[in-house]
Amino acid sequence: MQSIKGLRWLTVVLVTSMVIMGCGGDEGTDETTTTAAAGGEMTGEVEVFSWWTGGGEAAGLEAMIGVFATEDPGIEFVNSAVAGGAGTNARAVLASRLQANDPPDSWQGHAGWELIGTYVAADQIESLNFLYDQEGWLDVMPETLIPLISKDGDIYSVPVNIHRANVLWANPTVLADAGIDMPESFDDFVTALQTLKDGGMDAPLAMGEQWTSMHLFETVLLATLGPDDYNALWDGSGSWDEAGVTTALENFATLLDFTNSDASALSWQDAGQLVIDGSAAFNVMGDWQEGFFREIGSVPQEGYTWAPVPGTGGNFQFLSDSFVLAKNAPHRDEAIAWLTVAGSREGQDAFNPVKGSIPARNDGDRSLYGEYLLSAMDDWASNTVVGSLTHGVVANDSWKSEIDTALGLFMQSRDVAAFQTALVAAAAASPNE
Amino acid sequence: MQATGTERGTRLSRKPRLNPVRMKGGAGLLLLLPSILAVLVFVYGFIGWTARVSVSKWKGLLPDYTFVGLDNYKNLAADPRFAIDVRNTAIFTVVFVLGCLFIGLGLAMLLDKGIRAEGFYRSLFLFPMAISFIVTGVVWRWLMNPAVGDRASGLNLLFENVGLDALVNRWHTTPTWGIAAVALPAVWQMSGYTMAIYLAGLRAVPEGLREAARVDGADEWQVYRRVVLPLLRPVTLSALIILGHISLKVFDLIIALAGKQVALDVPSIYMWTTTFDGYFFGRGASIGIVLLVSVAVLVIPYLWYTLRNEAEQ
Repeated sequence: MQSIKGLRWLTVVLVTSMVIMGCGGDEGTDETTTTAAAGGEMTGEVEVFSWWTGGGEAAGLEAMIGVFATEDPGIEFVNSAVAGGAGTNARAVLASRLQANDPPDSWQGHAGWELIGTYVAADQIESLNFLYDQEGWLDVMPETLIPLISKDGDIYSVPVNIHRANVLWANPTVLADAGIDMPESFDDFVTALQTLKDGGMDAPLAMGEQWTSMHLFETVLLATLGPDDYNALWDGSGSWDEAGVTTALENFATLLDFTNSDASALSWQDAGQLVIDGSAAFNVMGDWQEGFFREIGSVPQEGYTWAPVPGTGGNFQFLSDSFVLAKNAPHRDEAIAWLTVAGSREGQDAFNPVKGSIPARNDGDRSLYGEYLLSAMDDWASNTVVGSLTHGVVANDSWKSEIDTALGLFMQSRDVAAFQTALVAAAAASPNE
Repeated sequence: MQATGTERGTRLSRKPRLNPVRMKGGAGLLLLLPSILAVLVFVYGFIGWTARVSVSKWKGLLPDYTFVGLDNYKNLAADPRFAIDVRNTAIFTVVFVLGCLFIGLGLAMLLDKGIRAEGFYRSLFLFPMAISFIVTGVVWRWLMNPAVGDRASGLNLLFENVGLDALVNRWHTTPTWGIAAVALPAVWQMSGYTMAIYLAGLRAVPEGLREAARVDGADEWQVYRRVVLPLLRPVTLSALIILGHISLKVFDLIIALAGKQVALDVPSIYMWTTTFDGYFFGRGASIGIVLLVSVAVLVIPYLWYTLRNEAEQ
């Protein structure tokens, strides 16, 4: 009965494989082709990869593609967008394409070390200094921005928009009722939170799921250390086991005591909603929160007000979506034409009003932007620019994911010493290089 | 092997034309060949590759196959996050498997009693299984909204309104034990399936055995205790294996219900985030292998046992 035994083995093999494979997921690649009218100087196509498949981001990209179609009508724009997981799926697809030597011409990524640490380290993208020189971008972008998006003097991406991370959103009615002014220093902030808590508000500081606590953490780090020491943590000149960091971690722990207990079940929108509803007084979130407030019909200065996170005044903690140029891009000239549009005043003024962000250039058309965005534009032009951790500017992805783990463990244990030890280890294991 | 042996086998056997088993073996093997090859490459090939990556120091976008021995596994053993993963998986498995087995058996015993409209109830209890874990996760995210007081909604609001305030709780945001709450939707989804397995098992118990027990003076409880339940043991084992491997691999339910957070982390989520968010390919691969081995420890002895039994019959 040899054959029966053989078949039995096959069954074992097949059943085991089915069990192992379990329920598979599928990733859909959504390729849309925008054909521009023929007749320009350059012809051909350019494939641009992103995870902008919906909302203001996709609409902003469409608007910028419109500008591109006018400027370079001969080039076909191939929009390869992969949906899902806030870019997690797209990055996995991109990684396999790059490993198979099949790069798109250009792709989207957060400016800074999220791009540099991954794609420069793997020698996948080109330096864009020639384009910055040619287009004069260095004169229209903040001086303090350039080192944050460069490595060894080479700039690797074209930022198309700027968001601010260190914004404190507040409900003006709640503050007025409690007789509190918008806090400016960290101590004022804690005093204000304590006053509200004593007044019967359980959780005056609204917070959402785990990444929003990392967002809060990075602003507290900046508030406690100041811009120079904060930058030093990331460029390797500072140390994570210094007393300043301990103080920052303690400050962070202090703030956590004022947050809602159901934070891990809330999205950032839910947390913003708590402020609008008056269930909480404050929320620390990037300025995309303003887009959400407008969307639900709230009015600036009546429904909500804002200020830099206490202790971070004069600093603009930024994040930016940007586009890169692939090394060995199949359509290099067309990709450069695309990047030229992405960095142009017209391109950025098409993208940003739709997306709800400000241009990376400081010569945007002010008539296109609302009250909050105008105040952000003023700060962008005058403040010290520092980078966001949560949104990929200051740390490479490996480092950031280790910090995320350390932070998640800290949220469970509230053990400051263990948190700091883990942060020191993370910095040593995955430095920016 | 029999693939090449059809002709030789034919010659050697005494009644060559009348040997259906041998004929089936050869043709069957040929038909299976494409999927065998595909499985060899895409399952076993990749298992091998993953095992290789798990002993490399690959971190970052580009592969780095430098051999580091068992370092990745040693680091996992010392990793506080992986410790949380193991604890969470253990809690989840206990709540999920026991919940499904008890509820499934209970429902099956009730249905087996000849209830009116049995078919309707059977479909009703089986229905949740037709839903994907993602959908279950989203729905239960609303039901198990952990907010209390003015902002309460879902089950907490229901409990408040019917005076069961003692049941109002923080669900999956409960420190340490939150993962047990995540197992509840999984129980809801899979207990109907467990019921179906048990129902089939109950129907296979010969009525004569129960009758004989009753004639011998056994009461209903004793009939179940001494006759029915012992006969259901193989069914329980099957259910245990199926539920157990689902529980070890749970991923989508937690992502849909609670997102990525360390408090509700399990190995599969850690594997995903550390590999694709953090580019720790070596570590991710070693978590994958640990998961594979733990499922294999559960499944392979069972397959062995089942196949041996079938062969004996």
